[in-house]
Amino acid sequence: MEPERSLEAPLQEEDVPAANDPRLLLLNDGDNVLVARTRIAEGEALRVDGTEIRLAAPLSIGHKIARRDIVPGEKILKYGAPIGSATASIPRGAHVHVHNVKSDYTPTHHLLDEQAAAGGKA
Amino acid sequence: MKTHGIGTMRGYLRSDGRKGIRNVVAVGYLVECAHHVAREIAIPFREHDVHVIGFPGCYPNDYADRMMERLCTHPNVGAVLLVSLGCESFNKYALERAVRATGRPVKTIVIQAAGGTRKSIDEGRAFIAEQRALLDAAPTVPMDVSELVIGTVCGGSDGTSGITGNPAAGRAFDQFVEEGAACIFEETGELIGCEHIMAARAATPELGVELEASVAKAARYYATLGYGSFAAGNADGGLSTIEEKSMGAYAKSGASPITGLIKPGDIPPRGGLYLLDVVPDGEVRFGFPNINDNAEIAELIACGSHAVLFVTGRGSVVGSAISPVVKICANPETYRRMEDDMDVDAGRILEGKAGLAEVGLEIHDLVVSLGAGARTKSEQLGHQEFILTYKSFEPIGPACLPAA
Repeated sequence: MEPERSLEAPLQEEDVPAANDPRLLLLNDGDNVLVARTRIAEGEALRVDGTEIRLAAPLSIGHKIARRDIVPGEKILKYGAPIGSATASIPRGAHVHVHNVKSDYTPTHHLLDEQAAAGGKA
Repeated sequence: MKTHGIGTMRGYLRSDGRKGIRNVVAVGYLVECAHHVAREIAIPFREHDVHVIGFPGCYPNDYADRMMERLCTHPNVGAVLLVSLGCESFNKYALERAVRATGRPVKTIVIQAAGGTRKSIDEGRAFIAEQRALLDAAPTVPMDVSELVIGTVCGGSDGTSGITGNPAAGRAFDQFVEEGAACIFEETGELIGCEHIMAARAATPELGVELEASVAKAARYYATLGYGSFAAGNADGGLSTIEEKSMGAYAKSGASPITGLIKPGDIPPRGGLYLLDVVPDGEVRFGFPNINDNAEIAELIACGSHAVLFVTGRGSVVGSAISPVVKICANPETYRRMEDDMDVDAGRILEGKAGLAEVGLEIHDLVVSLGAGARTKSEQLGHQEFILTYKSFEPIGPACLPAA
């Protein structure tokens, strides 16, 4: 589904809700995740939903962080739609990905553990 | 609206009234055992629109028969050479008859009858040289945007695909549908989780039921196989689940009402937006519905697609035999790394350098330019990937194509 938040015009500072760092994209007002518009380094201070957080690990473009605290079993909402369920507590600002989210349909196949073992090379 | 050169599009008129934006000689091998000979025949003509397609199996399959027939009689194809080993089960007689019935020049070389590899290659190359000369001199006629059929696929998706490239392709689709063209989106396995919102866009409630059923079938099929339509690279790129990938993939369909549901080889009867149901019917049989992106591209082309929009985030490099593939790069980092392979930089939406409407129009105009002599990056690089494997389908039901 098309993001509710309009990308009709080029993204401007004022388009981004002041509650969030401009490097983060809120696709729908109901979402509990934010998407990285660019690569963000570990340790960077980010405003997330009005609160300052410090990024615990580098965040790649297109990856997600929690907009607010998420409890185990809670639906992850992106584009205003559920994209899976949390398998652990996810504090605001933490990376939301295969280590703490599962599909409500078919399990996700990934090689991220292998990749980490190989020294992080894609 | 920017001028997009409608008047400059020209096509090759075929006997069924459709027009092609390319005039390709298709060399079709009818079993893997004939693949090498087919490839050798085509090699001297690799820069001259001679494309190899084919079916590797030795056992008969109705789906493969239909796919080969649709591809050999595609409007972008001007002449056909079939290459048979001689003992395979593929019905080469029926395929040759079907191609001949369209008025296209067609020849079948049977390697066992021709006297082996070398003689078959010589005979095949002589036929192609002759056909190529005729096709190069063939006249063109004016072609309107409303006569286009355009497919869309995404591959190597990441967390940017659903935000930039896919919705931009959706904008291009909206414009094409408005102009009367037929647009086809696909991969029901990547619409899992979107079935209800999609059904709400159906032209009739009965079609909505069919759309939902096609996604339920895909969910069942993939659940049996134990994997979703999800590759390891999707997770590298930030996609966590099939539902998340689906929501992004669904954006390719744009916002037009959905006119119909078709299956591989069905040609849209008129303009509008169509869902291509690519997941086989019945019990899980021949393995994964589509073993890679090119299997999907071949199906979109078999439905008559003159061109295919391919949105990628991780960076796919593929093109296709028969129809040009337009590569839309969703991820700005990937675009910078792989610019030579990409036709459109949709990642600039994420960087705040362009809006969705602007990139959508760019995609639209680029497709139109393909009918006025322009070539895509993958065409220029010689990409002509093709794959066709075993599948089985039932014909579509009466609710799938509601009357206009």
